[in-house]
Amino acid sequence: MLLPYFQWISNTPVSQAIGHSSWAFAVIESVHLLGLAVIGGAVLIVDLRLLGLGLRDQPVARVAREVFPWFVGSLIVMLVTGIGLFMSEAIKCYDSRPFWVKMASLLLAMIFAFTVRRKVALAAEGHVRPIWLKVVAVVSLALWFAVGASGRWIGFSA
Amino acid sequence: MSLLPFCQWLAGTPGSIALHESLYMYPLVESTHVLTLCVFLGFAVMWDLRLLGVSFTNVPMTQLKQRLGLWMTGGFVVMVTTGAMLFYAIPVRSYQSIWFRMKVVALVLAGLNAFVFHRTIDRRIEEWDTDPVPPPAARLAGARSLVLWTIIVIAGRMIAYNWFDCDKQPQRPIVNALAGCVVPAEGLR
Repeated sequence: MLLPYFQWISNTPVSQAIGHSSWAFAVIESVHLLGLAVIGGAVLIVDLRLLGLGLRDQPVARVAREVFPWFVGSLIVMLVTGIGLFMSEAIKCYDSRPFWVKMASLLLAMIFAFTVRRKVALAAEGHVRPIWLKVVAVVSLALWFAVGASGRWIGFSA
Repeated sequence: MSLLPFCQWLAGTPGSIALHESLYMYPLVESTHVLTLCVFLGFAVMWDLRLLGVSFTNVPMTQLKQRLGLWMTGGFVVMVTTGAMLFYAIPVRSYQSIWFRMKVVALVLAGLNAFVFHRTIDRRIEEWDTDPVPPPAARLAGARSLVLWTIIVIAGRMIAYNWFDCDKQPQRPIVNALAGCVVPAEGLR
């Protein structure tokens, strides 16, 4: 059903340019990895705090606010570079199970991050029962782990 | 002195061959190496941003060290262990990779940077612990760390590509020299 779109994407000039360059994919991939470190740190530091670990002397809301610009910034970098990587091998992605697992978990992870998790993190102590803080953290970690692990697996499943 | 014979010997050991030829173990080790980046480097970036006076400016430096230190140490141990395993699986090609060599040099410099930081400005941390913007020496250490780790990540990712591999001759003499390629003389090829 979606295959014609993927074929169209793989034939766009940008896709062709990245696909035919010997180094473009590698460079974009490196930036994607650098973004991973930042977004990983930004996600972890809040989720650990929700679990009562890491920066536990600071209020949850403060930790969440502090890293929010880094989270959004690195997410944008991840999305832009990720789209570039995807475009250069759209057909391969279409046939790749890890790719679809990644897209599904990414969608869920982003929705969760900007709705439930953000709301809970900013309201946090006193307004939300501690157990829910922990549940939110575990769900967030599980979703982002699925994104990262399945993302890495796209490269292994040729 | 060349480590090539050692790497060649390592490549012939049963463990190296098993890891190299494994269907799932190698990808699992590599995935662990990449995802642990989030724990170790993710927090190192936060730490460096604090040193630069950019983020967590109202959190005392000692608190950041105390609360993130253990996670970073744990992450670092996993990174080094899995990294060593990846090298162990492909010793000769890694040893003769200019990217791998670049990564090792940058790692040593990053270690040196951390060592100097702990031996100098970090010794007087109580003087600037709560300063939103730490003194120049601390900011410099943070900036150096960010640059070096960026190089480490990029060089690490590039190891996977074979542009400059020794078995892809002819290469420029500078590439062969930096990679330590053993190239037969012109007439013998």
